[in-house]
Amino acid sequence: MELTVNGKKRRLECRTAFQVREKLGSPEDIVILNGFQIDEDCELSNGDTLTLIQKGVMPDAEELESMMMARHSPNVHNKIKKGKVAIAGLGGLGSNIAVMLARIGVGQLLLVDFDVVEPSNLNRQCYYVRHLGMAKTDALKEQIKEINPFIKVQTKTVKITEDNVKELFECYDIVCEAFDKPDQKSMLVNTALNELPDCKIVAASGMAGYESSNLIKTTKPMNRLYVCGDLKNGAKVGNGLMAPRVQICAGHQANMILRLLLGIEDC
Amino acid sequence: MKVNGITKKLEKEQSLYDFLVTEQYDLNRIAVERNGEIVPKAAYKTVLLQDEDKLEIVQFVGGG
Repeated sequence: MELTVNGKKRRLECRTAFQVREKLGSPEDIVILNGFQIDEDCELSNGDTLTLIQKGVMPDAEELESMMMARHSPNVHNKIKKGKVAIAGLGGLGSNIAVMLARIGVGQLLLVDFDVVEPSNLNRQCYYVRHLGMAKTDALKEQIKEINPFIKVQTKTVKITEDNVKELFECYDIVCEAFDKPDQKSMLVNTALNELPDCKIVAASGMAGYESSNLIKTTKPMNRLYVCGDLKNGAKVGNGLMAPRVQICAGHQANMILRLLLGIEDC
Repeated sequence: MKVNGITKKLEKEQSLYDFLVTEQYDLNRIAVERNGEIVPKAAYKTVLLQDEDKLEIVQFVGGG
């Protein structure tokens, strides 16, 4: 039977997943069959994808990629790998979204922010003490390399204005608006919708404080615009930004981006 | 006219700009779609609203 085992096509005379493990691996190996980790033996069909992972061992690069992607259904993975997503702003939303998109294997990411990591970022943004003073673009690129070295990450350490939106983002399918200031959000959404006729925008509005998680939603108010958040709770004196709701909102944005990459347009 | 799905009566002929100002929108924090098309900010004063118009107005609040 034709199987893909750890990224390589093989012809094997095995009927079940555990027979393959017996032949090629050891009894403690984790077995992932078509994206799902199995604990009980399963019959195999022609064309199945099987991944055997030896715990505690560093695999070589080629094998590592197939092991990392083993958790994605094969067709889903191929679509995501072709995805090109730009993230505008690398604060609480953008840094967490970038890491999620890297984990699912989005093929090309553009990370844009002009700022450096400072202590007040650590309450919600995906950086460490060792990154203080570093450009957010560089700090995030460094982390992504350690999470998924198999995707292309480009960075631009510039301030985004009306004048450079088109130039920065015209090669990307999806622009993720992850700014902090409402006038900046409005500037990016307006400019991108006007100047980039094919691109979809996934923006955020309203995630401050610690009101109910369930108020945060994904909406599609316009043709090519998605907005995630509770649409109400802005950051202000007495209502700061905190990791949980910011990350819930980042999760909404990342999932909407994933859906768009898979061709699903409703939220 | 429909604004974010809610019917609004247009009392007199007015520009999009005048409508937004009367309704107290902060023009620096919004995006407006009219009949499925984004309206460039520079055109707010020249767009005259009609009874059959459908407006979607997104207002952004801070935080990220």
